[in-house]
Amino acid sequence: MTLSGALEVASCTDPGMVRSHNEDSIASDGDQGLVVLADGMGGYNAGEVASGMATTVIITELQQLLEKKIPYEVDAHSGQLVAHQLLHEQIAKANTSIYQAAQSQPQYAGMGTTLVVALFYDNKMTVAHIGDSRLYRLRGGELRQVTKDHSLLQEQIDSGVITPQQARQSQNKNLVTRALGIDPIVEAEIHDYETQPEDIYLLCSDGLCDMVSDDDIGLALQTLSSNLKLCAQHLVQTANDNGGRDNISVILVRVLRDYPAPRSIVGKMMSWFK
Amino acid sequence: MAKLILSMDGLVLKEIALTKERTTIGRKPHNDIQIDNLAVSGEHAVIVTILQDSFLEDLGSTNGTVVNGQPIKKHFLQNNDIIELGKYKLKYVNEAVAGQAKAADFEKTMVLRPGSVKAPTAAPAASAPAGPAAAAPVAAAAGARNLSDTLAGQSVTAAPVAPPKPAAAPQKNAALQLLSGANAGKELDLTKPLTTLGKPGVQVAVITRRPQGFFITHVEGASFPVVNGKTLDAQAHSLNDHDVIELAGVKMEFFLKT
Repeated sequence: MTLSGALEVASCTDPGMVRSHNEDSIASDGDQGLVVLADGMGGYNAGEVASGMATTVIITELQQLLEKKIPYEVDAHSGQLVAHQLLHEQIAKANTSIYQAAQSQPQYAGMGTTLVVALFYDNKMTVAHIGDSRLYRLRGGELRQVTKDHSLLQEQIDSGVITPQQARQSQNKNLVTRALGIDPIVEAEIHDYETQPEDIYLLCSDGLCDMVSDDDIGLALQTLSSNLKLCAQHLVQTANDNGGRDNISVILVRVLRDYPAPRSIVGKMMSWFK
Repeated sequence: MAKLILSMDGLVLKEIALTKERTTIGRKPHNDIQIDNLAVSGEHAVIVTILQDSFLEDLGSTNGTVVNGQPIKKHFLQNNDIIELGKYKLKYVNEAVAGQAKAADFEKTMVLRPGSVKAPTAAPAASAPAGPAAAAPVAAAAGARNLSDTLAGQSVTAAPVAPPKPAAAPQKNAALQLLSGANAGKELDLTKPLTTLGKPGVQVAVITRRPQGFFITHVEGASFPVVNGKTLDAQAHSLNDHDVIELAGVKMEFFLKT
């Protein structure tokens, strides 16, 4: 199955102005409707190793699996949507790989990574995330944060301890409550969303959203939507102009047209009788 | 680690490190910070500290708690805040903010693992990347939960905090004056971080306002903008005072405003 021509994808990643290493990793396959972003953590180069393992495992495995599996179908055994099942399984696989490497090699001890994955199919998008890397949507000129961080700050906001405005002043940034590769088992948060032509989706690491306000992100997506690559570079540049205290990664996905699932008449008949 | 500096009439009396989750302030001897003065209530206020953040809450004191001249019920403490209780002053100092050189360390992402509250003797490798700091976040996470329990349903009344400082904008303002076309003579102020020019679908360029100055970049269309008679490439081009830009058949002059 291919979505060729339905999505435009552009990305940019940068170590920022302070860090010497880039511990973020990004990967994408526009034809398969697949984008992955990870923000690694851990000493020396362990963060890069963790985020690199996450993006590599997830993109290569899913590329192969999507050749034969249909994401919008429901798995007969589990009753789960195939898209969800694929994401669950491959995230678990990436988690195990990172966890075992961290356990067996001392230089990787304690490494982990955040993750945000979006899979596009049948005019829909399934988003899986762990930690504080985010997915935003621009639709009709309005920017909306789609994912909710797994972080101490988000928990404090949810329970009313601090307001979102105060959260921007907090010294407790970068404390995630969930990460890939830290424990033997991790649960990703997975949700489905309808997409529309002209939507723009932004996946980013906290190096972008900590340094650039949502208003400025929204303005950039709106103003530069006709040149997605330039838009991605501009976002990274703005984060760097503001101090670039962390690694910065962005992936932009623009929906160019509808991409409904190619359902045959026989298939439809079958589904009626099921 | 954040601390408080207690003073009266400009005389420093003592320093108190905010090491505890709850630091109580009051006249009675069981308080962590005892201030033996009749203007101070028995149980006057409490400071709840969650990792690097501290929150001050007045405990219904008779004379109230004032921060930076404003009476407060609950307040998210910021570096150099002055807390006033009667004649006494408490200055809040957060080293994490003050010590810019160390800032990078504080910004390393760490994992809070609620699971390890139950099993503190988890495998050593699992003790999060932060090493010595790893135990603290977990304990504080439990603290956060306690705090949210006690505050459930109570809205936070702290004064709205100003948003983080916007991008260091260039000192100078700039504008474009159209030199040809239907709107010749018109001026366009370049106040936004991004200003687009041209006709969508035909030719569009964008002017970005950055700390280093103003830059023009080609966005879309087959032809590229021309500056002072020279056609640009795909790279951003730095604009100088009185540069003449040609775009989609329209000439305009870029100039800096004083």
